[in-house]
Parts: sequence; structure tokens; C-alpha cells
Amino acid sequence: MGEMEELRKEMENLKDQITAARKTFQDTTLQEAASGVTVVGRVQLKTRKTLRGHLAKIYAMHWGTDSTLCVSASQDGKLIVWDSITTNKVNAIPLKSSWVMTCAYAPSGNLVACGGLDNMCSIYNLKGKDGNVKVMRELAAHTGYLSCCRFLSDTEIITSSGDCTCVLWDIETGTEKMVFAGHQGDCMSLGVSPDFKFFISGACDFTAKLWDIREAQCRQTFSGHESDINAIGFFPNGNAVITGSDDATCKLYDLRADQELITYQDSSIMCGVTSLAASKSGRLLLAGHDDFNVNIWDMLKSERVGVLAGHDNRVSCIGVSSDGMACCTGSWDSFLKIWN
Amino acid sequence: MIVYRKIEDIVTRIQDEKAGGVAIRTVKSFLSKIPSVVSGADIVQWLMKNLTIEDIAEAIHLGSLIAAHGYIFPISDHVLTLKDDGTLYRFQSPYFWPSNCWEPENTDYAIYLCKRTMQNKARLELADYEAENLARLQRAFARKWEFIFMQAEAQVRIDRKKDKAERKILDSQERAFWDVHRPVPGCVNTTEMDIRKCRREKNPHRVKKSVYGVPDDGQSQPSPVHISSQPSRKPTKEDVQKEISFLNVQLDRHCMKVSKVADSLMSYTEQFMEYDPFVSPTEPSNPWIGDDSSYWDLEASRDPNQQRVKKWGFSLEEALKDPAGRDQFLKFLESEFSSENLRFWLAVQDLKRRPLQEVSSRAQEIWQEFLAEGAPSSINLDSHSYERTSQNLKDPGRYSYEDAQEHIFKLMKSDSYARFLRSNIYQDLLSARKKQPADTEQGRRTSLEKFTRSVGKSLTGKRLTGLMQSS
Repeated sequence: MGEMEELRKEMENLKDQITAARKTFQDTTLQEAASGVTVVGRVQLKTRKTLRGHLAKIYAMHWGTDSTLCVSASQDGKLIVWDSITTNKVNAIPLKSSWVMTCAYAPSGNLVACGGLDNMCSIYNLKGKDGNVKVMRELAAHTGYLSCCRFLSDTEIITSSGDCTCVLWDIETGTEKMVFAGHQGDCMSLGVSPDFKFFISGACDFTAKLWDIREAQCRQTFSGHESDINAIGFFPNGNAVITGSDDATCKLYDLRADQELITYQDSSIMCGVTSLAASKSGRLLLAGHDDFNVNIWDMLKSERVGVLAGHDNRVSCIGVSSDGMACCTGSWDSFLKIWN
Repeated sequence: MIVYRKIEDIVTRIQDEKAGGVAIRTVKSFLSKIPSVVSGADIVQWLMKNLTIEDIAEAIHLGSLIAAHGYIFPISDHVLTLKDDGTLYRFQSPYFWPSNCWEPENTDYAIYLCKRTMQNKARLELADYEAENLARLQRAFARKWEFIFMQAEAQVRIDRKKDKAERKILDSQERAFWDVHRPVPGCVNTTEMDIRKCRREKNPHRVKKSVYGVPDDGQSQPSPVHISSQPSRKPTKEDVQKEISFLNVQLDRHCMKVSKVADSLMSYTEQFMEYDPFVSPTEPSNPWIGDDSSYWDLEASRDPNQQRVKKWGFSLEEALKDPAGRDQFLKFLESEFSSENLRFWLAVQDLKRRPLQEVSSRAQEIWQEFLAEGAPSSINLDSHSYERTSQNLKDPGRYSYEDAQEHIFKLMKSDSYARFLRSNIYQDLLSARKKQPADTEQGRRTSLEKFTRSVGKSLTGKRLTGLMQSS
């Protein structure tokens, strides 16, 4: 197919031109620029609480906006809402499908969502009139597993799926409002910008994409990883994107420079990154790995400043509470730990 | 898979004695010789030296990772971890490497355990958990046990033909293989895969090859996670064309220099470092230690402390994030009689969270209040945004006011926000100046107050100002 060949050549040519153009704007590296910044010193966080109750691998967790409540999803078929200070279970929601892969807490605190191999995103109302937690909506349209979901509000949620697309749903009507297609591989993770106008997705095509929620368009694509991107998040000011991949590295991409600023890697870290979270100021990056540890990086200087070793199996999810006071890790060992 | 390649690279190097690998030797044990072993300490040392690892705990962690996947194993233990001492380890044969996508069936495991019981060697005695496994398998495979037994016998015959030293090594490697695929209870099964990645693995059809050459009888059911759904998408002509137009847009994009964005990131982190509990100590105390929740009470209170007030000065976004900040800014704007902008902004934020059935009517209300001709809280929009917005309202939705909101936000940012930061309201809070009853905000000096002040801080004065404050 001669035409396809030509198109591909044109595509590669453009990519090369863009790379060259970006290089001319690389008048320094973040590390160099940050060489004068005071070092952060060794960061030692201790386990303050262990949340016990799940009976199988924990695949996902998400903090509520109030800084003490969080929700976790496990392959034992349960969604548990925890009061992480008392370690009490506020709700233990049995799921129809035990193959759950993601969960989310609405900013209002009224709803939680989850999904997985059932290809659906199920929304549960925590504040139902009679006190029982019931399924409020089942959002079904994806043709692949649900890898991640995040609420914009009580009325809208964004999901990412193994069918290579992300979708914005209207929860009330249970319908798809927008479909974000473009990735060439399973979408594994998504993150919403602090101003709720954009979201980013990381996929198994080794790229991360920035999407404009209103226009349903991909605004920017970032590549460089050598394997699946499993985790993605915004830098707290919303101007940069952090990704974590099976290639055992994390990368920081800046939106306004439209290029990679730094790669966080170490030859002794060989296992893929499963999850990541930034500390409140953005100075620290916490990355959970398949080798059961969480590595803590100084994001500006790209130096490892700490390790959280407390789980007996891979760390599958991590989150920093909204006030930045605590970090929660969830693992295949069925426990969640709170650190600070 | 990537991990396996990395480990294999290390394991190959570590065994290459000519290139600085560890010394693999035969150790004389009390009745016999132990071929082809190396001590845990040697491995740890090699890792530290060759992978430039400074922290010994990290080297041990890495070594244990390599062991957990079965690439190295202790010769006298089923538990696959690396110890930094004289414990003897052996390297796994590449035949058994996990990168070969082994998924051994229970029939293979049964043959293996059965074979072990046939050989009269102390070192091959079954551990308790293995004996239990064998008993379980005997029950499960009751109907085909004769077949399994015969296969085990065949394996024993094959093994007997091998050289004694070679057999010792092969037996231990085989055992290590099973330690990975049928781990000791309580140990992590490193062959477990993330279900999201299962169907894309190198061996998508999970061709089951037997460790002992047993033909697949086709009775094994694929587990639910291994059902392969659609194959990975191949880009079409349209995909490539879309990509090309996207790339053209990217080529024309106006970007910022790295130095500039780096500065921006650095100043953000610097500004917020004191608010980051992982980096700076928190006042009053860490609520996660002990039962003191005063930190949260302070954060939630409507009476903000200096540190919180300082944050409002970082950006308008920060000020509006904090409910107390919103209140103070609103109060300030009211004093200037220009609160309609912020009230519009807040109303639009609220609109975005409304249930669908309320959106239309609420959008209309906002129009009436802020934008219609003769609106009571008329805001100043440029004609372009005004046109766009009135167009949007023909089919009102949650985001009909997006453009207008952005415009008003920019206005507030460049105009009233700057004045707010210079205002007495803000400055007083920032310097935590104690509020004197008579020392209220400059803009609100009414004639009555001026009168009472001139009379002096008398009884009447206090009573009257008290009344005004509560309004």
C-alpha cells in the first residue's frame, strides 16, 4: 500500500521536526535549573495506621476531599469506605463483579464509583435516604475493562478503558456525553486537572495524552516511555504531568514547554511503576512499584530521598490526602497503610 | 517481561566469572561436595559493586527480588529470599526462566511430587506443605493417577541416567522452579499477573507446554481473565491522517522555554513547601500521631491563621479555594460595591454541579441577574463573550457560561484581586493584627461611625459598633 507508506513517512517526518523544534527550546534541564535549590534531605515516613479488612488483592484506592475518608477496591469483591483515623469501616459495599480494578470518591463525598472486568462503571450513593448504600447508576458502553474513573462532580464522571478510549458520562441520565478516542493501546489511568477543564490519560501505547474536556479533543501527546504507562497525575499547579510506567521510570512532562523535563530512574529499580502521587507542594513524588516498595523522589533534583517498605506484595495504588498530610498505599497483600 | 530481561541481564553478568562475576565453586560439605554454589554475601557484594548501590538494604531487596522470581535460589530452603551471609545459592537454568512463559499444570506438579517420593534420598523428602499438596492432587486426579504414576516413573528413569553431580544441580533447579510456581504457603506468588495485562502477554493463547513433555489433554479451562478479547488496534489510514493533522498543530504550537517552565515549577514548590507536611513540620501537631485533631479544626475554621491567609496571596485560585478566603474577598468587593463579578463566578461554579433538570432554569436565572438588560447585578462582558454566551443560552447547558466565566475571572485577577491584597481587610488578617472594635475596614466608615469615633470610645461607641459588626 504505497499511500500508507507515504503517509507514515510524512508522520515520521513531522515527528522529527517537532522533536528538533522542542530541542531548540531546551536551553537547560530542570535538574540544572534546580541545582541551586536547597536539598530536601532524607524523607522518612512512618506507617501510622494499617487498614485491615480486605481478603484479597487491593487494586485501587482514592481519598475523599475531607482528608480522613478514603475508599478502596479489592478482588474480594468489596468496596470499603474507611475512616482512616479510627481505621473503622464506614461502608463495606459488596460488588456484583469481584474483578474490580478501580474506584473513585466524589469531591462532594456523596458518591463512590468502581469498575473492572465487567466493562462498566457503577456509581453508589453513600448518602441514600434509608442509610443503605445502593447502586445508583451503571454506566455501560465501554467494550473493554474499566481501568480508571474520576468524578468531576456528582453529575459527571470520566472513565478510562481497555478499549483504548476515555468517556465523559452524565451520571443522572447514565449516558455518554463525550468519547475521547486516540490512544492506540489500553488506557490504564487518568487524572483530572485542578481546574477541572482538562484531563490526562496514560495508555499501553506508551503515550500520555492531554484532553480538553469541553471540546473532546486531544491537545497534546507525550511519548518517551518504553513500556505501558500505568499511572498518571498532574503536578499540583496543573502545568505539568507525571507518568509512571512498566519501564520502571517516572517522567515529568511540562504542558507549556510541550516536552519531557525529567526522567526519574535508577538502575537498581527494575520493577514497573504501578501508581504515583505528588506531595502537596509538588516537591516530592511517591511512586509505588511491583517490587513491594514505594520510592520517594525529589521532583526538582531527580534524587531518591526515601523508600517506604512495608508491604508484603506489590503496591498497587497510592494517594496523598487533599490536605497533603498523609499518604495511603494499597497492596496485593490486602492491606492499606497510612504514612506520614 | 521487561523486568525479566533486566534480571536476566544481571544474572548473566553475575555468572560470568571472566567479566568480574562471582566465584561459583564446589563447596566441601561434611559427607559430600556441593557443586556450583555461591554465598549470599558474595551476591550482595557483587550487586553493590556492579550496580553502584550504596545502601546494603537495597542490594538485599534487589537480590530478594531476583530470588523471588526464581533466578537464584537457596539450596536448602523453599523460601526464595536473599540473605547477606554464608547461605549457599545456586543459579537457575535458563530452561526454567520465567521469561519462557511457563504456566505449569497441576498434572505436571503431581508428576513432580510423585517422582520425589519414588527417590530414596533425604534431600528429596517432601516438606509438610508438599505432602499436603500431593494428597490433595491424588484426590483430584484419582481417575488418572495411574497415568501420572507412570509419567513419574519415566522421569525417574531419565534422571537416573544422569551424572551424580549434574543430578544434584538439576534436582535443585527443578525444585526452585516449583517453588516459584507453587510457592510455600505464606510466600508471595510472583507469577501472579495483573489481570489488566494478562491478555496482552507474549503468550496470548497460553500455549500450555508441559515441563515433563506430557501432551495436553485439552481439558484445562482458560480462566476468565485469560479470555482474549479484541486484538490490539492496528492504525488505519484515517488514524494516520488524523495524526498528521494533529502533528501539524503541534508543530505550530507556541511553546515556552524549559528554563522558564523550570522556574515556574521551582517557584511553585518553594511557595508551597511550608504547606507541605511531608517536607515541613506542621503546626500545631500531626493529627495522625495521637488523637489530636486540632490541625484539622484549625484548617476548617472560619477564623484563619496567618499561614492560611498568606496562601490567599499566592494566586486568585488559592484565595477562592479556601472558603474563608472567598468570604473575605467577597466582603472586600462588597465594600467597593463591585461584588457582582465574584457572585457571577460563584453562581456559574454552582451551575456546573447542578442536576440536569435544574440547569436550564438556573442558567436563565443567572442571565437575568447578571447579563440581561437592566440586570440588578450587571457584569461587564466584552461584546464577543456576550454574543457567544447568548448564543449558548439558546440551548442552555452546564458550560454555557464558560467563556464569560473565564473573562470575568481574568478581570478579577488583574483588577480587584490586586487591590484586595493591598486592602486593610487582607493586610490586617495577614499581620494578625488584633481587631479593635473601632478599627474597622476603611471603606466602611459611615457617617454614624465617624460621629461615634469623634465622641470617643465611650459606652455608646462600643454599643453602636458592636451592632454594625454583627450585620
